[in-house]
Amino acid sequence: MEALFINLAEAFTGWMIRLGLNPAWAESILLLVKWIIVITIITVNIIILIWLERKISAFFQERLGPNRLGPFGIFQTVADAIKLLTKEDIVPSAADKLIFKTAPMFFIVVAVMLYTVIPMGKDMEVINLNIGLLFFISVGSLSTIALLMAGWGSNNKWSLMGAVRSVAQMVSYEIPLAFSLLGVVMITGSLNLQDIVAAQDKWWFIVLQPIAFITYFIAATAELNRGPFDMPEAEQELTGGAYTEYTGMRWALFFLAEYTNLVAVSALMATVFLGGWQGPWLPSWLWIIIKTYAVILVFFWVKWTFPRIRMDHLMSFSWKVLVPVSLGNILLTGAGIYFCRWMGWC
Amino acid sequence: MLETDIYTVNVGPIHPSTHGGLHVEAIMDGEIIQDVVVHLGYVHRSVEKIAEGKTYQQFVPYTARLDYLATNLPVLGYCQAVEKLLGIEVPERAEYIRVIMAELSRIASHQIAISATGIDLGATTGLMYGMRDRERIMNIFEMTGGQRLLSSYIRIGGVAADIPDEFIPAVKSLVQDIPRMMEEYNGLMTGNEIWAARMEGVGILAPETAIQYGVTGPNLRASGIAYDLRKAEPYGIYDRFDFDLPLGKRGDSLDRWQVRIDEIGQSGRIIEQALKAMPEGEIKAKVPKVLKPAAGKEVYHRIESAKGELGYYIVSDGSSKPYRLHVRAPSFINLMVLPVICRGGVFQDIITNIATLDPILGESDR
Amino acid sequence: MQEFSLERMIQELEGLLGDKVRTGSDQFFTVLYIDPAALTILMGKLRDEYGFNHLANLTSVDYGEEFEMVYHLYSIPDNNKVLVKTRVPRTLAELDSLISLWPTADWQEREVYDLMGIKFKGHPNLVRVLLPEDFEGHPLRKDYLMGGRK
Repeated sequence: MEALFINLAEAFTGWMIRLGLNPAWAESILLLVKWIIVITIITVNIIILIWLERKISAFFQERLGPNRLGPFGIFQTVADAIKLLTKEDIVPSAADKLIFKTAPMFFIVVAVMLYTVIPMGKDMEVINLNIGLLFFISVGSLSTIALLMAGWGSNNKWSLMGAVRSVAQMVSYEIPLAFSLLGVVMITGSLNLQDIVAAQDKWWFIVLQPIAFITYFIAATAELNRGPFDMPEAEQELTGGAYTEYTGMRWALFFLAEYTNLVAVSALMATVFLGGWQGPWLPSWLWIIIKTYAVILVFFWVKWTFPRIRMDHLMSFSWKVLVPVSLGNILLTGAGIYFCRWMGWC
Repeated sequence: MLETDIYTVNVGPIHPSTHGGLHVEAIMDGEIIQDVVVHLGYVHRSVEKIAEGKTYQQFVPYTARLDYLATNLPVLGYCQAVEKLLGIEVPERAEYIRVIMAELSRIASHQIAISATGIDLGATTGLMYGMRDRERIMNIFEMTGGQRLLSSYIRIGGVAADIPDEFIPAVKSLVQDIPRMMEEYNGLMTGNEIWAARMEGVGILAPETAIQYGVTGPNLRASGIAYDLRKAEPYGIYDRFDFDLPLGKRGDSLDRWQVRIDEIGQSGRIIEQALKAMPEGEIKAKVPKVLKPAAGKEVYHRIESAKGELGYYIVSDGSSKPYRLHVRAPSFINLMVLPVICRGGVFQDIITNIATLDPILGESDR
Repeated sequence: MQEFSLERMIQELEGLLGDKVRTGSDQFFTVLYIDPAALTILMGKLRDEYGFNHLANLTSVDYGEEFEMVYHLYSIPDNNKVLVKTRVPRTLAELDSLISLWPTADWQEREVYDLMGIKFKGHPNLVRVLLPEDFEGHPLRKDYLMGGRK
């Protein structure tokens, strides 16, 4: 079971080579197939996630949640997706059409790119990048541009306010986000995510870096625009923020991208802090899925419990609390490493 | 220095947080509110003109539609005003039923206020908590009036019908659960750090300003003034009940929020006492089919509605229809203070302030 | 401050305003009928010297030849009450605004202007509040034709 997907991929390549294909071509086709699989999994996974979030929020709120389509309403999201696909696509006449139309595509592309570096199991990742963590952080911050494009292109005050807020928010939370991961990098001495996972065979980094875990979690919530930091959307204040003018599938793409981001960030958290794919008995790819879902559930829990924070509090929280705390964590980690070496433990 | 332009943002009339058709024009300098202009009238139904064409009894259902979230309170106010005009004595049992229904309406209205504040501030779960508990009150209304939202159960001279057998157990169990409900609201929202940060010091309404602007109800009491018509000018049989007035200290949004939660508990106390003391007997006074108050007679009757001082000014010309009927709507007058408390805050405070002022547009636009 | 007494207040006001003020009472209220010219003086006195700080209700009634303005005043927390009435002719429906005394008069006067068509001198922003800006006529007047606008 452990090497199920790797064996499958090898069998597939071998089969293509036997058919007379040049090995280089076979590799490229395999990459394409991998991408198709990744995108399919992302989409299907998100359909399940949306359903799950609705069910879980219903549980928190003592409601039933979706319960009409299929067992436990599991096909509700499918029906919603079909509805969104068939909806009229409205582009406001005053909008900057090119920017307006490209923004959702840009957003989803950026979100999908995040999956390239995440180790989905032992020796299982799309690219084994030696700067994987850096890649993840930098690509993740690109989604700010997509939101700004959406807000600017819509030519609507609400959208613009949402976009400006999201830029301010994401740029400020980028810093504690990166800083909190720095502690882990200092310990492992590598930006490669496989190395980081390998370094956690004794202790998960949530034990060694608890402060970093908390700051990363908070900063990641802000990066994901999820409650209580869902400023850019803020349905009740900005009537949907940057997404106000979007309809149908364009809107759905934003929605999809947000969940894609959520899964990616949760997977990264599982990788960096929760031991990644390591775990007893079960195959590694199952472990990472379980851990990712566990993190996602915590995100849901936070979102459905807290009210939305105010914009100025949000900014001051980042600069006055999270940045100093994550910097302090770096100092502490450095001191810890020095102490450890001095004692000769490592 | 950077130069900035003043710009306007139209919050409403179609906006998720404007509680109906409220249109708030915010004049902003960046995120700071320079001024707020309130535009009303999106739900105007000319209730006062309609009243001139209806008989006194026919107008009862229209009053239920003023404050549709606390439906029994405006009906109670109107019926008592007409009774005052005609000198009708209401039977004891009806008075007690009215008090129970009125306080249930007040609880329902405050629960909506709590829910709405929750959703406006992004605490979606808060919305559902309030709605869930309000559902039980709606069921009780259905038992009595046959209708959930706008039951028009209170009539001139008493109530429409006697309460059914299952009414008292249902109300009793509800009253027992009220402390638990309040604990939940406080636990989920009031105790939350983010919640407190968003509300504390936001939209401070000084007591003098509140009186000058005619603000009444929980909003006035949140500013620290113990003025409740149930105590100041007891109407009906309110002088028989023992209850406290929850007061605020700072007059900010958090106080307005907290006062509403605490008032739920006090209403529960009143209901408890009313249930104990309710006698058997008639539920409706002998009221003639056609009501004709003496010509030239007029009355101004005010009650403590869930939103504040709800007054009815009725002038009679001796016919079966009121010559002039004016509703002093608390939401209308409380909204006047919105620009005052919003100025200088940030954009998101508008939403908080609207939510904690708790206007109801059906009443303010009439 | 002296203990509030309604009789003394009426005496003092009658002494001050002479025949411009007339007192009466109905079943519920002590009524002060005041000449519109002296309205702000009377209201200022009521607010500042007799503690009627709560202008609860402000409305108008159409009596054909004349409009009657009705002010229900209360005091917080003593809960004294008084009803002030004044009449303006239909042909010259104009009155001093009370907005400088009670800011709460703002929208209430706008409402009266909107629905009854009485103008308030000194009101800074006397525009319609409930009806649309382009509405013609004042619907609460008794001569307003029901049955739809043209």
